[in-house]
Parts: sequence; structure tokens; C-alpha cells
Amino acid sequence: MADTVVGANPDPHVTGDDPDRRDFIHIAAGVAALGLVGGLAWPFIDQMNPAGDTLALASIEFDLSKVEPGQQVVVKWRGKPLFVRNRTPKEIQEAIQGDHADLRDPATDESRHKPGKANWLVLVGTCTHLGCVPTFGGGEYGGWFCPCHGSVYDTSGRIRKGPAPKNLEVPTYAFLSDTKVKIG
Amino acid sequence: MSGHSTYEPKTGFERWLDTRLPIIRFASDTIVSFPTPKNLNYWWTFGGILALMLGIQIVSGIILAMHYVPHVDHAFDSVQRIKRDVNFGWLIQGMHANGASMFFLAVYVHMFRNLYYGSYKAPREVLWILGCVIYLLMIGTAFFGYVLPWGQMSFHGAVVITNLIGAIPLVGPAITTWLWGGFAVDNPTLNRFFSLHYLLPFMIAGVVGLHIWALHVPGNNNPTGVNVSSPDDTVPFHPYYTVKDGFAISVFLILYATFVFYLPDALGDAANYIQANPLVTPAHIVPEWYLLPFYAILRAVPNKLMGVILMFGAIATLFVLPWLDTSKVRSMRYRPTIRLYFFLFALDCIILGFCGAHAPDDMVIPGVAGLQLGDANLNSFVWLSRIAALYYFVYFWVINPLMGLTETPLPVPQSISAPVLSHPATTPTGAVASPEKRG
Repeated sequence: MADTVVGANPDPHVTGDDPDRRDFIHIAAGVAALGLVGGLAWPFIDQMNPAGDTLALASIEFDLSKVEPGQQVVVKWRGKPLFVRNRTPKEIQEAIQGDHADLRDPATDESRHKPGKANWLVLVGTCTHLGCVPTFGGGEYGGWFCPCHGSVYDTSGRIRKGPAPKNLEVPTYAFLSDTKVKIG
Repeated sequence: MSGHSTYEPKTGFERWLDTRLPIIRFASDTIVSFPTPKNLNYWWTFGGILALMLGIQIVSGIILAMHYVPHVDHAFDSVQRIKRDVNFGWLIQGMHANGASMFFLAVYVHMFRNLYYGSYKAPREVLWILGCVIYLLMIGTAFFGYVLPWGQMSFHGAVVITNLIGAIPLVGPAITTWLWGGFAVDNPTLNRFFSLHYLLPFMIAGVVGLHIWALHVPGNNNPTGVNVSSPDDTVPFHPYYTVKDGFAISVFLILYATFVFYLPDALGDAANYIQANPLVTPAHIVPEWYLLPFYAILRAVPNKLMGVILMFGAIATLFVLPWLDTSKVRSMRYRPTIRLYFFLFALDCIILGFCGAHAPDDMVIPGVAGLQLGDANLNSFVWLSRIAALYYFVYFWVINPLMGLTETPLPVPQSISAPVLSHPATTPTGAVASPEKRG
């Protein structure tokens, strides 16, 4: 902008360091281009997030009468396994005792089931370490054992041993009736 | 690509083209007349081998994409169909799957060659970093490619690796969902991995172009590590190294063909012949052999986030190596002390590979009850991988900086030709410095 040729006629548009109309046009054009790129970046990033139909399939209903005490049924929910476990009184007792143990991700057993439905445990069946599917009844706490890297969960699905940082996740669910739950 | 060009257009068409698009001059300067140190050994042939492997992977991959169906319901069957029904599909799929292993084998030789001869040191730091970028892209490509057959190991490998990102505090889970395009590894994931698997090799090809460009500015390093000091130290690339590379490629292809024709599944995992099932995890998830050392580092750490950081740190370390090595002497031929640590490092990487292939609680020496130390069984693979992972980092971050300051290197020759010509036993009567210049 400030280039001047010696001996040339002074350019009326060049006024030293003061911004002129060309500076304004340069800055405006630059900002417009940045805005365009920035505005388009989000659609190009967000297209990878779960699509509408994927989100629409996000909740399922499940009939609990299929699960006898001491059993677990694995349901597919959002592409992941979901554990629906009908706990025996002994397993519930063990889980309540575990409340006082030294827990990595502290939670009471009560907070992990619906009120008055202590026998029903509904959990996302993926290990919180790296997403493997823990095996039912394995490990020294009688809950689950992850074969991949040796995480051990108790009968409340709380992490007790191994590399996993968190308890098995409790999904959002609600009892529609005594024998029916809606998950998601 | 650099320096002065010796190309002289011979025909009228070449002269015409040379003033418009000097592409023949470019090719001539790059692969014909390029002055190359005359003492390169066979460890230097792996660059050519890698270029060939990239070509083979791209060509076979494009063909496979014509028959492959990137959908969770059809992917597994379509790969089996390629292997069984598509004409010569068994050959092309076998070349592609085993080609990935051969590609990594060659890249590891190429990288250890660099470490031994100090090829990453000034003025070749950018060349080395571009190589590290290629290696990272190769890991990404191999990972995406391994998911496509949609077998049990494909699927659960993808689950484990994408879950690593979930270890990032706060944003981790959101990024994982974004990568998946859903709430688990599913059809959207398979689709995008296919797209990226097709894209990345072309990015590799682009970076290979930069890599060769960065090679041709300082020129090749050589086994002595000393700079080229006169034209007597070099020979033209063609025919000297086209022939040498050609021979090495032929030998390498014998190994490759042995796998393709006689052991097509030896390097794969049997669990990948079972279609992906999200509800059942294979008892033992392992990556392909070429990523086992990093997997061992990941599992060596009891904390998820720290394991992920160290695993990526193991690769990131390579990028800064030119500044960790304080020695002015390039070649370890003249650095007898660090050479021992280097061979120990090579062994360490192999040990890490073994650790990655075993379950953490497996015993290293079977039958021995274990060296119990408090809560830890030192005879387990997890402890072996901890020791090996520690040495991996110590080698780069402690031994390399310290050794350059404390060791006494052997005398370095004056020039590339000097050690040959000054040695009476190796100089027959009448030997001259540049035999290639005689009639």
C-alpha cells in the first residue's frame, strides 16, 4: 500500500498508514472467505455424526418375562450388546455388601437399579476399557469378566479389578409395566 | 531434482517437450543420472522395494474395490466371494492382504537402516519426518483396511482402537460417536473406513513424492555416514542402483510370493473367518503382527489414558529423534558403544511384539509359578512388556542424548573412497577410484 515511486505524481488514494478503501476491500474479502470456509466446515464435520435414521432407531422395548432369576439376556441396542440380568437374592446381597468396598468408580447398588426393582439390572454390555463384551458370571465377584484385558465387574456391574476406568454404563430406561422396559 | 542437470534432449520431440514440460529431464535427473554414493549396501534397496509395494497395494486395492461391498450385511460375504468365486480373486486378494505385511516388513527394515546409519541426522531431518508421516499414514491405512473384511477380528479390532479415543478427557466419547457415525461400530463406520482406506494410499503416494524430493536435495546417506566429497564418491543411479535395487526386489518378491501362494493365511487371524458379531468378543483380540509392539505398550500401562498416551508417544518419539541424538557421527559403524544399545533396541521391539501377541496374564516361562513381588507376577507378559516398553523410551530419550556426549567414536574416514583405497588388502594392483569411468 505504502509503495511510492520517487518522482511519481502523488496518488490521491495513498494516504500513508491510514486505512483506505483498498484495505477495507482486502479485509472484507478475507473475512468473507474465512466465514465461508468456517461455515462450510461444520456441515462437513457434522455429516459424520449419527444420522437421523440412526437416532430414530435408538430406543427399544424388551419383555422381561423371558429372563429367569440368575439368568442374563443379551439384547442388541444401538449396535451394542445390552445386558438384562435377573439377579438372585444372593447376588443382590453381594452387590449391597460391595457398597462399602474400595471402589474405583464409587456408586451404591441402589443407584444402579430402579427403585423396588433390585433384581433387574440393565447395563450396556461393553467394557469401559476398550469396548469388548464381558462374559456373564466370570471373575471373582460373580458379575462379569472381560476376556480382552482382564477387567472384573461385580454383580452390580461395578469395576473391581483390571484396567477399565468406569462401571458398566446404566442406559436410560424405564419400566412400562412390571414385565416390560423401554430402553433409550 | 536438485543441482545441475546433465540431461541433453536428443530428438526433436524431446527438445520441443523440454521447453514446455521438462518431464523427461525430471525423470532423467531423478532416476538415471542422479549421483548416488558408490558404497550403498543392500539395506539401501528397501526404498525401491517400498515404492513397488505401494504400487502393488494401490493396483490390487483398486481391483478389489470393484468386487467388494462396503455394507455390514454383505462385506464378509463379498470378501469370501472374491477369494472363492471371482476370477483370480484369490490371487489379487492374497497379494493385497499379504502385501500389507510385506509393506510393513520392508518399512521396518528401512527404518532400522535409518537408525543404524544415522540417516535422520542433519541435513536429512525433513526427509526422516516425511518418512514418519508416511509410516503414520500406513498404520491408518492398514487399520482401516483390516476392518473391511468384517470378520470377528476386524470388527472387535475396530471397537478396541476407536475406544482408545474415548480415553481423551471430556471430548473423547463425543469424538468416538462422531467417528462411528452411530452408537457403536456399525454400517456408517464401515462405509467411512472404506472411503478412507481408498483415500490414504494416494496421500501416501503424495508424501512419497515429497520424501523423494527431500532425498534428492542432500542426496543419499551411505554406510560410512560421511558426506560425498567429490564426484569420485558417487556413481549414477542408473545402471548401478537400478540393477542393485532390481536384484533386491526380485529376492523380496520370492518371499512375498511364498506367502501369497503357499501361506496365504499364515499372517492373518483365524477369527477373521467368522463374520463380525457385536454380541460376542473373541477370547483374545490381537492386531496384525506389524502393530503388536505398540499394542504391547498400550497394555503395559494399567491406566487407560496413560496407555493411549504412551502408545502414541512411542510413534511421536520418532518424529523428534533427529534432535534427541546428540552425536555428530552418523553411522554406528563408528559408534561401537551405542551399537550395542541399538541391537538391544531391535531385540526389544521383537520382545514387545511377542508381548503384544500374548494375553497379559500368560506366563513368559511356562511352568514356573512366577517371581511374585507383592501383587505382581514378574513372570507375566504384562511385566515383560513393561520392562520392554521402558527400554523403548529410555533408548530414545536417555541413551541417544547421553551417548552422543559421553561415547568415544572410532575415527571416521576422510571420504567414502578412503577406507577402500587405503586398505592394502582390498586394493588390487591397478584399481582406480572410479571404475565406472573407464571405457
